[in-house]
Amino acid sequence: MPDTPNYAWPEMDKRRVMGKPTKRVDGPMKSTGRAKYASDFKQEGLLYGTLLTSPHAHARVTSIDTSEAEKLPGVTKVRTMAPPGTELMWEGQEVASVAATTEEIAKSALRLIKVQYEVLPHLVREDDLSKAGARAKPAGEQVKGDPDKAFQEADAVVEGHYGIPVITHCCLEPHGNVVEWKGDHVNLYPSTQNVSGIGGDMSNAIKVPVTNVHTQMQYVGGGFGSKFSSDSWGIEAARLSKDSGGRPVKFFLERSTELMIAGNRPSAFANIKIAGKKDGTITAWQSESWATGGFGGGGSPPIPYVFDIPNQRKNHTAVSTNCGGARAWRAPNHQQACYLTDSAIEDLAAKLNLDPLVVFEKNLGLTARADIYRAQLHKAAEMIDWQKLWHPRGQSDPGPVKRGLGLAISTWGGGGHNSQCRTNINPDGTVEVELCTQDLGTGTRTIIMMVAAETLGLPLGAITLRIGDSILPPSGASGGSTTVGGVSSSTRKAAVNALAKLLDKVAPSLGTSADQLEAVDGRIQMKGDPSKSLTWKAACQKLGVNRVSEMGENNQRNPGGLNSSGVGGVQMADVSVDTETGIVRINRAVAVQDIGLVINPTTAESQIFGGCIMGICAALYEERIMDQQTGRMLNPDMEFNKLAGIGDIGEILVHLDITPDNDKRGPVGLGEPAAIALITAIGNATANAIGVRVPHIPVTPNRVLDALERRNA
Amino acid sequence: MQAFEYANPATLQEALGLLGTRWGETEVLAGGTDQLSLMKEYLATPKRLVNIKGIKDLGGIQNTKTGLRIGATVTLEELVENAEVRKVFPALADAARGVSSPQMRNMGTVGGDLCQRPRCWYFRQGFGLLATQDGKALVPNGENRYHAILGNSGPAYFVSASSLGPALVALGAKVRLASSSAHREVAVAKFFVTPQNETSREIALLPNEILTEIIVPHEGMKNASYEVRQKEALDWPLATASVALRMKGSTVASARIVLGHVAPTPWAATQADQALAGKAVTPENAEEAAKAAVADAKPLSQNAYKVQLARVAVKRALLEAVKA
Repeated sequence: MPDTPNYAWPEMDKRRVMGKPTKRVDGPMKSTGRAKYASDFKQEGLLYGTLLTSPHAHARVTSIDTSEAEKLPGVTKVRTMAPPGTELMWEGQEVASVAATTEEIAKSALRLIKVQYEVLPHLVREDDLSKAGARAKPAGEQVKGDPDKAFQEADAVVEGHYGIPVITHCCLEPHGNVVEWKGDHVNLYPSTQNVSGIGGDMSNAIKVPVTNVHTQMQYVGGGFGSKFSSDSWGIEAARLSKDSGGRPVKFFLERSTELMIAGNRPSAFANIKIAGKKDGTITAWQSESWATGGFGGGGSPPIPYVFDIPNQRKNHTAVSTNCGGARAWRAPNHQQACYLTDSAIEDLAAKLNLDPLVVFEKNLGLTARADIYRAQLHKAAEMIDWQKLWHPRGQSDPGPVKRGLGLAISTWGGGGHNSQCRTNINPDGTVEVELCTQDLGTGTRTIIMMVAAETLGLPLGAITLRIGDSILPPSGASGGSTTVGGVSSSTRKAAVNALAKLLDKVAPSLGTSADQLEAVDGRIQMKGDPSKSLTWKAACQKLGVNRVSEMGENNQRNPGGLNSSGVGGVQMADVSVDTETGIVRINRAVAVQDIGLVINPTTAESQIFGGCIMGICAALYEERIMDQQTGRMLNPDMEFNKLAGIGDIGEILVHLDITPDNDKRGPVGLGEPAAIALITAIGNATANAIGVRVPHIPVTPNRVLDALERRNA
Repeated sequence: MQAFEYANPATLQEALGLLGTRWGETEVLAGGTDQLSLMKEYLATPKRLVNIKGIKDLGGIQNTKTGLRIGATVTLEELVENAEVRKVFPALADAARGVSSPQMRNMGTVGGDLCQRPRCWYFRQGFGLLATQDGKALVPNGENRYHAILGNSGPAYFVSASSLGPALVALGAKVRLASSSAHREVAVAKFFVTPQNETSREIALLPNEILTEIIVPHEGMKNASYEVRQKEALDWPLATASVALRMKGSTVASARIVLGHVAPTPWAATQADQALAGKAVTPENAEEAAKAAVADAKPLSQNAYKVQLARVAVKRALLEAVKA
């Protein structure tokens, strides 16, 4: 056999498992409730951990008395996290933790902790930059080309104000874990996007050797970028466990606390000036933008997005607020950048009396992937019936309900994270694939098994997959849409390597050399001569008493052509707006996405449906509402922190750009790219319907009615 | 949730004997969709919780001489599914249907709908029913997009959360309230009250009473409700209107038009009633009545849009009521 195995993906038309729509393998486990999450963990002796958090947006702890709480029967430990003198910088910041035999006792104990605070001045809102004072930190002006000249020479200049608020992740399963610290060993059962890495993070914090931290997680109820580290609730759970004689501590955040301190998407506001020629060519961009990602600042969207406009002047200001910190939120910075840029482009198109589809297409030369976007624009337009349904801004049907179309485009990097996989072929014919990755609900389990089955010429059911345990070969955190690229490549390599070893053993009995054999349809056979073959099971018996166990590795920096990064996507929205009530309804959303090689079209589409639903939620409903008077978040709940229900999402159509050219690039992640453009497309569709821009999203009834009133004034 | 004694009486008398004379000591549990949330947030910390769902007499929907009797523990779903309610009192069925979560309709009761606490986020965050900090009202200068536009001169700024209240007021319904010593009947219009201090409640029920049933009189009025709600899925209405019209031929002899989610109580828009009297329900007349309904509205800093929503709700409810 050759020294360097050929890991290349099988040719598109020869694949028997990959590329075929396949139901997710853990669907029945989840839909019947048999899948156990960390939050389902129950065992004898389990303790419950909970947090006392700051009720103030900014305060100093002057005294803390935990004695009454400690005396409450059932309480095993109370820990002070913010000793006197600690300055608390946001509501929800950790003050103390409690472990007790029941959740109710733990919560009752919190109420017995007496804390005195010196309340300090706070800033919790950033929408009005003029009120931010010293909390505003300008980043300095950036200039490209000659914006002044370009604005002077333009046929049209549009000035607009746009805003996209802070929203929270609101994962179905709140943040938390179960931790057992017994002697010098720690068992960690987290809800995480990072099974391989979270133990190391924990070990640094609690000074236990990383080899003594054993992490296990089979299922996680969503993360969306907010669940990578061990977090205070993990570290406290460990310490409470140790201080409670090594009993396991279940420590999950209340929904309200989670929405305050477990991460959020930064806001972005901007005053934007954009200029163009009569034919729609965009010539100049000027923006004064600001954003908050909490007390630490953060959130600097890359504007103008996708389109590298030749003349630019940009000023961005980070605002530090007394609010919980930002975390990656499914396509960090891209939703904001897309909203600010593509809203302004839509407004420019309206000013030029041009179809935005024409304007977007006209400027594709300013993007990194003009051909891909062009094809996607055409496909999406066809799917949403753009030519028939689009009308110039505001020229909708008579009657109170106005229909409109809008579009936006996106990009994302992705790639394949570092991943190691072990594939075992046993003498009894069973196959085990082992790697410490996680399935966030995206279908990772299914695609790993599909890759192994394809490579070994076996049906999906012949593969036993083990993931979610830190004793397995390490695989990267699921962030940045890098999982599918990483795990598919490492699995492919491990399976190719294992098969090569098997073929070496089998070749003599078929009177040939290993390089003349292939694994197809449950058999090992001569290439081109299926009459010379063994069943898979018979072939594996040739292994004697020893199994084959081979590794495969994906190196993020050198994926060897198996995966790649960089994608484009187009999303369009068809909305109806009741101009008497300001209520926006989604008729149809369309997503056309370029994602390289598609291993499982079913779960790939499902990922995009999810991204579109998140887009609808963010466009119409979601907003963290902060009260400057009290410094409090007023909607840390699922009542006024609104999310769409089934009746709110309309019809979603997905088109995967499966082409030989895209396929050659290998798998590219699509979690993030699918969740970017629809927000903006909905905002643009609303403007198209009602004839005026609603500057801030979410596009709520009050904002729509305000915009209409301004238009009519 | 604070530990509490749980009582599960089988009869009304037994239940009434378990109640206290002061708010907060004892709470009544029916569907629990609000009560349990209040307890989890420590906004209610009763020493005793009295479950009334085991009391058979409090269930069921029957026709009586005085009208349709709806037991307090009838679920919203039972109300929606009741053929008589749908046919004769569409205003009520529409209002119940507006609670657009099957789980909530299956658990939530009609009595609970009337007795639930306001959803004002300052109240739910622990700033009290009147939402104050250091004696200062938080709503007028705060986040008041969902607050009252009528009856909001203070000290209460929240909106009544009841979905059925406006429809029942429009239909001229009464509630029956029982205590160990007495039974009384109160018009639903008088059941909702605007509290004047922090220790008052927003309903006329006394701490030692249980709401046992609702009587909706058969007055032969055309009726309908219209709810402006942002989401199709479960979401609080932004404004609602319920209307009941006594018709004389094609003109309105008299009307009762009631707004919901715009004031601390269901809001009887008597100016609208008068504006419509003697007229046919045309789009123009409906619009005039709708304008009259909100003529006295005084929006707060962020909720002027609700004036329009209330107006639209009235107009659409009126047109719905006279449809076919």
